[in-house]
Amino acid sequence: MSQHVPAPAPVVPVDEPAIRVSDAPQASWAKSRERLAWLMVLPSVLIVALVAFYPLVQSFRLSFTNARLASSRAVENIGLNNYRFLWESDTFRTAFGNTVRFTIISVSIELLLGVIVALIINSQFPARGLVRAAILIPWAIPTVVSSRLWAYMLNDNYGVINDLLVYQLPKTVSWIPFIGDNLAGIFPDEKIAFLARPNLALPSAIAVDVWKTTPFMALLILAGLQIIPGDVYEAAVVDGANKWKQFWQITLPLLKPAILVALIFRTLDAFRVFDVIYVMFGYKVETLTLSIFTQQTLVDGDRLGRASASSVIIFLCIGVFVLIYTRLIRVEET
Amino acid sequence: MPRHQKPTANGLVREYLSGRIGRRELIGKATALGLLAPVMMVLGGSRSTVFAQDEGTPIPDPDAGSTIVIPDGLRTDLSGAQIAIMGSSSSDPNTPFFQNAVAKFTEATGIEVNYILGENQTDARLQQMRQQFAAQASDIDVYQIDVIWPGVVAEHAVPVQDAMGDAIDGFFPGLVDTNTVDGNLIGIPWFTDAGLLYYRTDLLDKYGLEPPTTWSELESSAQAIMEGENAENPDFTGFVWQGRAYEGLTCNGLEWQVSQGGGTIIDTDGNVTVNNEQAIAAMSRAASWVNGISPEGVTTYTEPETFNVWVAGNAAFSRNWPYQYAGSQESEFIAGNVGISPLPKGDGPEDVSAATLGGWSMFVSRYSENQEAAIELAKYLASPEMQKALAVERSMLPTIESVYDDPDVEAANEFIPRLKPVFEAAVGRPSAQTGDIYPEISTVYYQQLNQVVSGSKSAEDAASSMENEMTAILEGD
Amino acid sequence: MATAFDPARLPPPTQFKRRRVKPWDIVAKVLFWLLVAFVLVYTIFPFAWAFLAAIKPNADISATPTRYLPSEIYWGNLEYVFNQRDFILALRNSIIISLVTVGVALVVGSMAAYALGRLKFRGRSVILYIILAMTMFPAIAILGSLFEMIRRFNLYNTMQGLVFTYMTFTLPFTVWVLANFFKAMPGELEEAALVDGSTPFQAFYKILLPLALPGLVTTGLLAFIAAWNEFLFALTFTNTYEARTVQPAIASFRGSTQFDEPWGSIMAASVVVTVPLVVLVLVFQRKILAGLTAGAVKG
Repeated sequence: MSQHVPAPAPVVPVDEPAIRVSDAPQASWAKSRERLAWLMVLPSVLIVALVAFYPLVQSFRLSFTNARLASSRAVENIGLNNYRFLWESDTFRTAFGNTVRFTIISVSIELLLGVIVALIINSQFPARGLVRAAILIPWAIPTVVSSRLWAYMLNDNYGVINDLLVYQLPKTVSWIPFIGDNLAGIFPDEKIAFLARPNLALPSAIAVDVWKTTPFMALLILAGLQIIPGDVYEAAVVDGANKWKQFWQITLPLLKPAILVALIFRTLDAFRVFDVIYVMFGYKVETLTLSIFTQQTLVDGDRLGRASASSVIIFLCIGVFVLIYTRLIRVEET
Repeated sequence: MPRHQKPTANGLVREYLSGRIGRRELIGKATALGLLAPVMMVLGGSRSTVFAQDEGTPIPDPDAGSTIVIPDGLRTDLSGAQIAIMGSSSSDPNTPFFQNAVAKFTEATGIEVNYILGENQTDARLQQMRQQFAAQASDIDVYQIDVIWPGVVAEHAVPVQDAMGDAIDGFFPGLVDTNTVDGNLIGIPWFTDAGLLYYRTDLLDKYGLEPPTTWSELESSAQAIMEGENAENPDFTGFVWQGRAYEGLTCNGLEWQVSQGGGTIIDTDGNVTVNNEQAIAAMSRAASWVNGISPEGVTTYTEPETFNVWVAGNAAFSRNWPYQYAGSQESEFIAGNVGISPLPKGDGPEDVSAATLGGWSMFVSRYSENQEAAIELAKYLASPEMQKALAVERSMLPTIESVYDDPDVEAANEFIPRLKPVFEAAVGRPSAQTGDIYPEISTVYYQQLNQVVSGSKSAEDAASSMENEMTAILEGD
Repeated sequence: MATAFDPARLPPPTQFKRRRVKPWDIVAKVLFWLLVAFVLVYTIFPFAWAFLAAIKPNADISATPTRYLPSEIYWGNLEYVFNQRDFILALRNSIIISLVTVGVALVVGSMAAYALGRLKFRGRSVILYIILAMTMFPAIAILGSLFEMIRRFNLYNTMQGLVFTYMTFTLPFTVWVLANFFKAMPGELEEAALVDGSTPFQAFYKILLPLALPGLVTTGLLAFIAAWNEFLFALTFTNTYEARTVQPAIASFRGSTQFDEPWGSIMAASVVVTVPLVVLVLVFQRKILAGLTAGAVKG
């Protein structure tokens, strides 16, 4: 799953269904309708049980064994050994730290940019439709493609980012009167090996993720902005509140629910990051995340049990966010 | 609703013609049927013809394999047996050669061989094999295995030491060791590969230098050439190799370690030896190259990236495999100026050059129902006669010492005989002693080493992490 | 009402009301337009750059300093991509897998969505909560056990296997979005049908389903994009181009000849798999915006 899947509503239709067919004259249908409802839900429930619940239970079970995928060795219960192995592994711990860092930094930047972009689109100006269409482009591009595309742009030798940073931008800003030369001075003199320099690897991955997923964030926040009634602002204008005050005192508080939803949804997504980093850096430790570690343990190492333990850890971490999320929904309901 | 019956296109049309359903309904139902058909097909689980892949058939080449001499003493008493070999892929230029070679085998022995085209990528091949083994399938009798797989596939092998007898003595001992698991020979070395140093003859001449034999010489030569060339070509660099976090870095790292007295990561008794002073020094030395004689980006290179820099004439030295010799000689920038030699060694009096061993072996499945015929085919394909033909026609490197000295081989590919000392000193990765957990050991090694060469971890810390994690993996096994 | 983003229902303009023009307003306006320009460049430039690389001669691509515009239009890289048998197979696989995934998700999901959105039955809210939780399910948490299952069912390296696993992320959200959609439709619809003597199921597929077509299109589009862009399962559960999709193909795409820097052909391949999506997204822009944020706010 990825950010292409829409954020579900915080408002669940757990209340009554839209129509109460039971009120219809054919009251004797109640039973057959209930049977029909179950019949119609059943295929989905079965599929979901088969492709998600059963494997999830299996993941837990396998995480206590030494199971492998391609081996005739007997599968034995080894208790918490897999978890102990992960706990003691430097690589796993690095992966955990990287995942947390990636999540916090990228989601924060995305939130900030998302709010700005949403505010832009929400204001009235001629090119609005164009901006709205444009931000859909990064969202539509497959993550694998964005990753390769940015790797090309960040190339140390002939990447366009380096060309912009080292040649084009200093040239451009030096035309600005008074401060131009000083501005030009802040750009690097030499091309930067973004992908090879260990302290720039994770930031590069974050940059790609920000580019790719800010639109999604912006759209969620935009949806929240659009339900703020206009008369709230009119009243504020009468009170003499300026734009800045309006934003902090009206827009932001009213936007809070939408921002929370967006935050949690993106956090869930960022925490299981795989594509963007795997394609750029493979199994490099400086950018290793929990998902990459798990996939590698499974496919390269053929350790089904240990990979399952690592899966379970990711699941539990994400589960915390899901709990918060469903909590929020209940709050909304009452 | 009409009586429930399984909708078919014919049924729908019949119903329409008989007036039981209207035109709109027909269109509606037919559309639904059209939507459902692929769904049913997919969920049906059977591989319908729609999904079948039209395997590209390689173009037969009657001349391929024309230099093959049938070895003496092939068994003819198994005539009529039917076996199958999983061979090279359809896109492999060697495929016509092997298909003709197998046809000659059938002619000589009467054993019928089905040549099944395999996967192109190495890891895909291993997956394919594992699936066959998991099902204990007898469909395929003979496989080709990579030099690091014996430990992974040993439990599915027919030991072939008895069948080989004395003939095995002619093979490089290093290769025989790698293919020996728990005292059983499970693969017959078929062709080989080992790390080499490529150098630019023209640039060495220009700066009055000799091909380096020690890492110190390589460092100073690379530095001198780079400084000179950078005046005109800022992209020029001294030495390129494979620094990305992948199996290739394990190969490079092993060469650095072994050539400087740092051991083979895990010794033959299965003890983790990687955390030693010499190995740490070797890793630190490699880290010092990055951003000096090697470009910063080298820590992201695999073979193709290394090759790209090298053939563009942008490097004085390159570490790569022999199969890139031909490509180098075709480059418009460096053709005619390509030299090869064993990789450098350390400065110590006891240090010797080391080359990580690559290559493939012939493997007989224990699930084969015609094991004798299968062994006969494996022996035939790895025979000195076949290896000579491979060296002459396909420039593949023999695993038998005597073939290197064959005048026909030298006449066809003059560089092959010169590689013999490299293979004699080739070092195997610790796959035999680690068995089916080799991939994990290698992963730990290259991930830690990549951090060292990237500059984000000291060699000391990395070596101790390696030791801890490898020990944990071995103990947890 | 659960619809969220309706561009036609925008709030009254708040940002730029006509007042006496002060110097600060001009500065603000300039800054605002600079910001708009930056957002446009930031979002569009990378894809435009890939597109340019796809039609640049290889010499332009690896030139330093960077050549921004192609010195001539070069089709070689695109030709190369279309001559790659593996790439064509991957395209075929992706098309089949994505379409079938969408088909199954819509057929199975719309039934469940109808029941959940419009019928009253015991266990309904439990299922809804499960479906909601499922939309956030981390695929990585079941990677290993799914792998084992796939091998046990002999679905390793098959398109069926991928369609099967893609249900983990397409089905829940299809059900979710469509349930909201059905629920938002007026209540009298089926009553009329029931009075006519139709069964509830007939009411569903004769009346509700055709009316839900816009919702089906939106959900179908989103499911298609999600399946098309999926990488982790495709990478893990396939190993040959019998079933491998374009995403792993792009991830491991190698250059046209050993002597070229391969970026030209990588970008050409990337553009080939991306252009249909971008066109689709731009054409169905409003539908996608509505679907993406469907029910994300109280409407």
